Amino acid sequence: MSAYYTSVDHFALIPALMLALFGCAVLLFDFLVFPEARQRKWLILFVALGIGFAGLGLVRQQVFLAQQDLNEFTAFNGALTIDGFSIFFNWIFLAASLIVALVSYKYLEIEGEHHGEYYGLILLANCGMYFLAAGADLVTLFVGLELMALCFYIMVGFLRSDKRSNEAAVKYLLLGAFSSGFLVYGFSVMYGLAGSTRLADVTAAIASRSAWDPLVFLALATTSVGLLFKISAVPFHMWAPDAYEGAPTTVTAYLSVGSKAASFAFLLRVFLGPLVSAREVWEPLLSAVAIATLTVGNLAAVSQTNIKRLLAYSSISHAGYILLGLIAGNATGIKGVAVYVLVYTFMNLGAFLVVVALRRSRILGEDLEDLGGLMRNSPVHALLMLIFLLSLAGIPPTAGFLGKYYIFWALIQTQHYFLAVIGAAYVAVAIYYYFRVVRSMFISEMPYREPVASSFGLRLALGVTGVLTLAIGVYPEPWLALAQTSVLLR
Amino acid sequence: MSEHLLSLVLFTPLAGMFVLLLIPGSRKDLIRIWANIAGFAGFLVSIPLVLRFDKNAAGFQMVERHDWIPSLGARYIVGIDGISLLLVMLTTLVGALAILSSWSAIEERVKQYYAMFLLQQTGMLGVFMALDFFLFFVFWEVVLVPMYFIIGVWGGPRKLYAAIKFFLYTLAGSVLMLLGILTLYFQHFKQFGFYTFEIAELMKLDMPLGLQQWVFWAFFVGFAIKVPMFPFHTWLPDAHVEAPTAGSVILASILLKMGTYGFLRFSLPLLPKASIDPLVVQILIGLSLVAIIYGALVSLMQQDWKKLVAYSSVSHLGFCTLGIFALNPNGLAGSVIQQINHGISTGMLFLIVGIVYERRHTREIAEYGGLAHVMPKYATVFAIAMLSSAGLPLLNGFIGEFTILQGAFEANRVWAAFAATGVILGAAYLLWLYQRTMLGQITNPKNLRLPDLNLRELAVFLPLVAWAIWIGVYPKPYFEILEKPVAEIVERVRPDYFHRAPVAAAPLEVLR
Repeated sequence: MSAYYTSVDHFALIPALMLALFGCAVLLFDFLVFPEARQRKWLILFVALGIGFAGLGLVRQQVFLAQQDLNEFTAFNGALTIDGFSIFFNWIFLAASLIVALVSYKYLEIEGEHHGEYYGLILLANCGMYFLAAGADLVTLFVGLELMALCFYIMVGFLRSDKRSNEAAVKYLLLGAFSSGFLVYGFSVMYGLAGSTRLADVTAAIASRSAWDPLVFLALATTSVGLLFKISAVPFHMWAPDAYEGAPTTVTAYLSVGSKAASFAFLLRVFLGPLVSAREVWEPLLSAVAIATLTVGNLAAVSQTNIKRLLAYSSISHAGYILLGLIAGNATGIKGVAVYVLVYTFMNLGAFLVVVALRRSRILGEDLEDLGGLMRNSPVHALLMLIFLLSLAGIPPTAGFLGKYYIFWALIQTQHYFLAVIGAAYVAVAIYYYFRVVRSMFISEMPYREPVASSFGLRLALGVTGVLTLAIGVYPEPWLALAQTSVLLR
Repeated sequence: MSEHLLSLVLFTPLAGMFVLLLIPGSRKDLIRIWANIAGFAGFLVSIPLVLRFDKNAAGFQMVERHDWIPSLGARYIVGIDGISLLLVMLTTLVGALAILSSWSAIEERVKQYYAMFLLQQTGMLGVFMALDFFLFFVFWEVVLVPMYFIIGVWGGPRKLYAAIKFFLYTLAGSVLMLLGILTLYFQHFKQFGFYTFEIAELMKLDMPLGLQQWVFWAFFVGFAIKVPMFPFHTWLPDAHVEAPTAGSVILASILLKMGTYGFLRFSLPLLPKASIDPLVVQILIGLSLVAIIYGALVSLMQQDWKKLVAYSSVSHLGFCTLGIFALNPNGLAGSVIQQINHGISTGMLFLIVGIVYERRHTREIAEYGGLAHVMPKYATVFAIAMLSSAGLPLLNGFIGEFTILQGAFEANRVWAAFAATGVILGAAYLLWLYQRTMLGQITNPKNLRLPDLNLRELAVFLPLVAWAIWIGVYPKPYFEILEKPVAEIVERVRPDYFHRAPVAAAPLEVLR
């Protein structure tokens, strides 16, 4: 028996520990040190510090892996796996959390709901995400998922006096709890098959059975329902448009990138781990889901007039593209998923940040018409939004093209020509609705109105996401190398 | 210097755009002056290309290569052969003239307008220079965005519809093309063990006919929508009619050539077996002939001046694709010359419509008549443009159409016979248009005081008129420039072509 708490455990835990510690510190300092609402923006410093220390922890993990010349190491008797994959995804989560925290104070002040616990919830949700990327045990993964989801349930309903926000939170909570039930049922079947909650044991147990074994199928089906709900794949997508629309826009942004990226990390861990031997069963299932997701996401987005709903459907369709990468399933496909998640994080965050900036004291800024004449009133925001939308649509030389490029490449390599053609066809549909937004911004003429909201954090975050969206597209080499590190997964 | 010449030509307009963005939007005249300087500079830096070009050298010249995305195998490779040289020169010249022609036509959002033109200029030049398929695709897509805005912001009453239709059609085609590109890319990896997008490398591929056909059709959708070939042409009249004058000029003169260029540079050399396949050839020739005759017939029926010119493009581009798929030196060389000719003459025709539109704000042919009395210089320029488009000997259109017909005749006499009717119909609608608008008495009192061309407008037309006459009177240098690249394509598609007894004389022999 090894030591109860080894130095390896220490390496594996430090980032999560930092996030949780600073999350609690935020809650404490909120009412001890910053009782006045005006001062609360200084809590962002705590968020930044927590994320900074967590990032340092990731660097140390990376250095440790490099020094020991390891591909991965496990900690806590196999409950956590630290590998290129977990580190890569964790960097994405940290970046998303930091950006969301930066832009939130102005928005929450306008909404009149600027409370300190918001920042604590961001850090705690990020802590949950950490375990989704690094967990190697059914229980760890499930606890991570619930930690993240609980924080999001609260954040979605953060606008206490807003009916839409409350409605969104209840819907999200009910459906989310329901899907978690499915997921945990699937996990219990897996445990029954393996007699252990370690992913490695479950993988071996399922591999020893036929892919069409009814118990394996039961585990696969129920687990998939839970996972597909989290990534808002059709037919489990119903919650997404309502939750996205009702939630505070900053939370929508976080939900659409942080929660989605973490759920994809989780999904990859499960489908390429325990369920990998049942590929012949889930591949057609997931193909059908992916096609349905692309279809519903893209076609429903066409008729939306609320920009948050439009982006919600667009993010559903992006989930479809990322699923295609998993379906292709070769090294290119998995790298494609990583690249796609990376670029999606920045471009989708950016698009939502512009919507955040549109929220002014008397203007909701969510309707397509509210974007009218943005080019005249605030050209910088309009141009940034153009870049984000082009990237979401996948037009080179923006980052989004690279994600789609990898997905198509992987599909062609694995001879999924039909899926490739479907995916390609929906790019044209997507252009139509993204360009409805562009049309409002650049072509519709609107009288001059209140200037868009602006704060240092918002400007910085928009600048960073905009520059990255272009930079990854124009000179992708370093970013591809970064994504390459994540493919070590099995 | 010389090894960076192409990059210099490529990025001059983009650099001009960035400087333009620094000028405050309220200084409209300063913006116009700068945009014209940038456009003209773009043309000036491209002149050394002609001087340095060696028409006797095979392959690509002035090639520049740098690594770009090593992990994908995408490189920054630019280079030109005779075909690209002509199209690059057309782009730099027409681009500069289109900017010049917009001086008084655009009053709203001037800065954005010129920024879009300069950005688009770089995109189009990149398409004609790229020797790496990935790079090509990037430029191909970059062109879409500025043109969307040019139509959508500064266009006519149905601009929104036209702009998004243009965007959607072209994009739908190009994503399928991307799948085709990826297939080639992956096949190359399977055969040679490394990933690359370089055209020269991809040409080494040996693919079975069936796969080549799939890829061919994927490319076909992308290129045919851009050309546009019948039945993918429906975006074109909308886009042309709604676009501002200079937008139409760029669209007709250069953007459409991206499609024909794609066939010449990619479809034929990369997929030789599919390109020579009888079924493929028959379908493409059939569509070309339909486009020639249908485009001409529809032009005859138009009441709208600009729409007439737009449909005439469908007909003329039909000649270009006919020449390409005649698959012999005459057809190919004629096709390239005709692409340049169409750029010159249709560009002029759109400018001509734009000039009266700017003065009268209507494009109804019936509103005009007898303009030659009040606008003699204008009528003269129009006559030259019209005759060059109709293919009158001693003007450029004749050279192109004649050579294409010669090539078609060599391949199949029936094709040539059908195409020749297109020439006749072309003369009919153009002459009839001229008669209805320029000749006779002035029936509409509003036309009595129309001012003739001013100095700036004349300056826009003169280079184009001069070029039209040059090609018409002395086309020899053009055929010399095209001889090598065209022979390479024919050699690639029909390896036995030059080893048989010559069926028809080379173009130079006839024209000498």
